[in-house]
Amino acid sequence: MKKIVPVILVLITFFYLGLFLILPLSAIFVEAFRKGFEVYVNSFKDEYAWSAIKLTLLTAGIAVPLNVIFGVSAAWCITKFEFRGKNILITLIDLPFAISPVVAGLIFVLIFGQQTTFGAWLLSHNIKVIFAVPGLVLATIFVTFPFVVRELIPLMQEQGKIEEEAAVSLGAGGWSIFWRVTLPNIKWGLLYGVILCNARAMGEFGAVSVVSGHIRGETNTIPLYIQTVYDGYSAGSSAFAMATLLAALALVTLVVKSFIEWKVKHHER
Amino acid sequence: MRKQKHRNVLPCFGITFGFTTAYIGLIVLLPLAFLVLRTTSLTWQEFAKIVVSPQVAASYKLTLGASFLAAVINAIFGFIVAWSLVRYKFPCRRLIDAIVDLPFAMPTAVSGIALTAVCAPNGWIGGITKSFGLKIAYTQLGVLVALTFIGLPFVIRTLQPTLEDIDKEIEEAAESLGATKFQIFTRIILPSLLPSLATGFTLAFARAIGEYGSVVFISGNIAYKTEITPLLIVAKLEAFDYAGATAISLMLLLMSFVLMLIINSLQFYGQKFK
Repeated sequence: MKKIVPVILVLITFFYLGLFLILPLSAIFVEAFRKGFEVYVNSFKDEYAWSAIKLTLLTAGIAVPLNVIFGVSAAWCITKFEFRGKNILITLIDLPFAISPVVAGLIFVLIFGQQTTFGAWLLSHNIKVIFAVPGLVLATIFVTFPFVVRELIPLMQEQGKIEEEAAVSLGAGGWSIFWRVTLPNIKWGLLYGVILCNARAMGEFGAVSVVSGHIRGETNTIPLYIQTVYDGYSAGSSAFAMATLLAALALVTLVVKSFIEWKVKHHER
Repeated sequence: MRKQKHRNVLPCFGITFGFTTAYIGLIVLLPLAFLVLRTTSLTWQEFAKIVVSPQVAASYKLTLGASFLAAVINAIFGFIVAWSLVRYKFPCRRLIDAIVDLPFAMPTAVSGIALTAVCAPNGWIGGITKSFGLKIAYTQLGVLVALTFIGLPFVIRTLQPTLEDIDKEIEEAAESLGATKFQIFTRIILPSLLPSLATGFTLAFARAIGEYGSVVFISGNIAYKTEITPLLIVAKLEAFDYAGATAISLMLLLMSFVLMLIINSLQFYGQKFK
């Protein structure tokens, strides 16, 4: 009796995670290579596939650095200072988690869409936001901005501010305190935050799909390209081929996370 | 501000605080205010007519029902997984622990087509259930599968730290006083885990309500049957019905905010009784 319960529970664990996680993950790679390696490679030679990859890199390339700057700055003022309304600020940072990605996309359509006076005015000055790259970037920033700061706040709270105060008393300025004292302490947490934020930015679908307009070769990011190809039925395996890129990115994210957790644990001992 | 300087010698409060609030204001608050403002352009009757129309009402039923069921499934199995990961040593434990976060890291569209491939009538699981006459993909069951997938990490990740914190000595003390395994579980372990379990449940529930990407592929989007609420928002937008999309969005936001409120009070309750 004593030994049978653990065995059953562990078996259920394997079964549940195998069914819901391992099976779908393997399905992506099996479907991608179903028609052979050559077809897989050819999926990336499509001109629209390339423009989707480039657009995804561009969007993440703008959104992630902005969210990193925001994350570090927000974590600094929240963890190193006391001020009124701090809890409200923290709640606001969590807000995107509570908002459906579709709604996140919609609010930018409501502001910048052609049907609004503001959107029409922008368009008359040749600035296109919705159904164009700026809209994709805005929606991506909105959906991914909590990730870096969420990683940093608990970490910096735990470390307190004694080391920074010591640096001030030794005459260090703000910039050198950050680079020489704070950054070395938070580098692993920051790295994970950046990688998670990047994975989400490159994979965002709901919000981006609302603002993009799905223009092939112009506003299709990788996830949107996957949908276009998948719904087209003509080349299902090339949708899965593109999906392997994002699945690999997700796996790398998990590996980095485990590595950092291991690193932090070792460091503590 | 002057008091602040006396107490705190660290630099850069003004600039980081200013930048943070400006960023949040521009990216989050201003757009959200716009959304609410836009709804006020509808009269109350118009608003009510949109948000309780039969097709929309059917989508609430599916979204809330499937999200709730998915959260229940995740609460039960998440408990077992978290328990096994914390209490037992078994092969591949580290690997299993790492892969739990997969639904967080995987783009929703990729999860969507992967789950569809597995559950479609010619897929690995779909093929087996088809011989029993059970269809998963393109039915409400498919929606449930997708929502269970994306909510999977929440219960496990909220339970794990609490489980690790439980003092084993209390259990040993109870055992030495003659408590049975069942009594130890229901009277000592379960009560101390309840706030975390409830938090994880509500987080999974809240996430599932707004989910879009993973569901649209597997659900087949059949009117009145497998249309989730976020999908209807997209459909209205594609028909350039901005008022309709805004009204339904507001309902969806309302549901999420009620759940967020519950999560926050649960966490408060949990901390208070630690």
